[in-house]
Amino acid sequence: MFSRNEIIETINMIRQENLDIRTITMGISLRDCASESVERATGRIYDKICRYAEKLVKTGEDIEREFGIPIINKRIAVTPIALVAESSNTNDYTPFAKALDRAAANVGVNFIGGYSALVHKGYTRGDRLLVESIPEALATTERVCSSVNVATTKAGINMDAVMDMGRIIKECAERTRDMGGFGCAKLVVFANAPEDNPFMAGAFHGIGEPECVINVGVSGPGVVASAVRALGDADFGTLAETVKRTAFKITRVGQLVAQEAAARLNVPFGIVDLSLAPTPAIGDSVARILEEMGLERCGAHGTTAALALLNDAVKKGGVMASSQVGGLSGAFIPVSEDAGMIEAVNAGALCLEKLEAMTCVCSVGLDMIAIPGDTPASTISAIIADEVAIGVVNQKTTAIRIIPAPGKKEGDMVEFGGLFGSAPVMAVNPYSAERFISRGGRIPAPLQSLKN
Amino acid sequence: MKAVITVLGQDRIGIIASITGILAEENVNILDISQTIMQNIFTMIMLVDLSKMKCDIQHLNERLGKAGAQLGVEVRLQREEIFTSMHRI
Repeated sequence: MFSRNEIIETINMIRQENLDIRTITMGISLRDCASESVERATGRIYDKICRYAEKLVKTGEDIEREFGIPIINKRIAVTPIALVAESSNTNDYTPFAKALDRAAANVGVNFIGGYSALVHKGYTRGDRLLVESIPEALATTERVCSSVNVATTKAGINMDAVMDMGRIIKECAERTRDMGGFGCAKLVVFANAPEDNPFMAGAFHGIGEPECVINVGVSGPGVVASAVRALGDADFGTLAETVKRTAFKITRVGQLVAQEAAARLNVPFGIVDLSLAPTPAIGDSVARILEEMGLERCGAHGTTAALALLNDAVKKGGVMASSQVGGLSGAFIPVSEDAGMIEAVNAGALCLEKLEAMTCVCSVGLDMIAIPGDTPASTISAIIADEVAIGVVNQKTTAIRIIPAPGKKEGDMVEFGGLFGSAPVMAVNPYSAERFISRGGRIPAPLQSLKN
Repeated sequence: MKAVITVLGQDRIGIIASITGILAEENVNILDISQTIMQNIFTMIMLVDLSKMKCDIQHLNERLGKAGAQLGVEVRLQREEIFTSMHRI
């Protein structure tokens, strides 16, 4: 039997501190769906997703009920569509996006990721068609998420793709102007994209993955914030140790749910993603953890160090709790989805440049950031270039999910609703990078020795 | 299969009678039970065995939830594994 304190601790994590499983994501390979005929390919895609994911939502709900742990999202990630669509005789890939959308609606998942292309070293014909179709695809579907990998540590940075993505992001915002540019919230630009990430909008089923797999993303910033608060003014060693222990407990629940879901769906268990994923709900904020550590506001000097400690301790605790760890694994710092981040921006404590510094030590990148609608495409490309350079040089994943909100100026708010929250429009450096971005070509892969 | 039932809320007469009545009707065996007042909140924790249960876990969950709502307390039924995984290596 467990002690009373152990049972109450678990119950309180769920009741008061928003502990939940953020997502059970089923990865499905669509490599065998390619066909010269668009109709045949999209038909196969629809059928395969519906067949494999038929019981995904119900299984998630059953586990939620039996174990008393909320499972917020059930989602699907598929093979990057550029690889599947390339064989078809067409220049229009939007039917593929629509097939994904219909399949997602049919099985009852709120998002499906993988309308993606991997172009870190260059474009194939299919990659180019897919990238050019992203604004249309995201404006005309509800559940489809898109991502483009433009750089890796081994290949360097495809600056042609970086230039294109600045323009594509602007087009996505324009095409969804009446929703504040919401299309951009479903589009991620990556460096070193992980192949097994369960979190949207950047999830896709990588080419090294098996036929079908279950990946689980845990959450729990509120649990960590409470544990840190209870410590008072303890020293950093104690702080790191407490975060580690808490991350261990959170991740063990993720591991349990992942194994249970995999067994019930008769699909191999892939990985647990050890991320602290905030939501706009009160008490579910990563910024609050940093503030509990002793910063007046997230964004103050010291924030990068606090985040580095947090991110590392979460990984150390989580790694021992799970048999297989992968995905993004770390702390997420999306601005619109974190009440503490939004407050920090509104208070003038947190700027784009500080966020960029924070991404050097945590799991993702510039995430869910609204900028003025009249920001030039070349400036967006330059923001992407800076962020992927951090990932490429530091051998880590970085991502950019940025929304040039149409018609909005610095200081305005953009409402997205639900888990996407609301984003304060942040200032962008007004000086131009036009000449730099328009050079074209690739930035070579960085040296992996002589590191200083 | 074992599960942990927790009841949290304002103390009143008949909480244990109501919850254990349902368990007896559904043929659920109580292995351990403890009750206390923690920070002014009535807290009851039970370890139960569901292996000879007459209904499925969802039905039991709904019955307990309904009884809890009538008593003005929160009742949770959770499979034991969630506590094992979190607190035992």
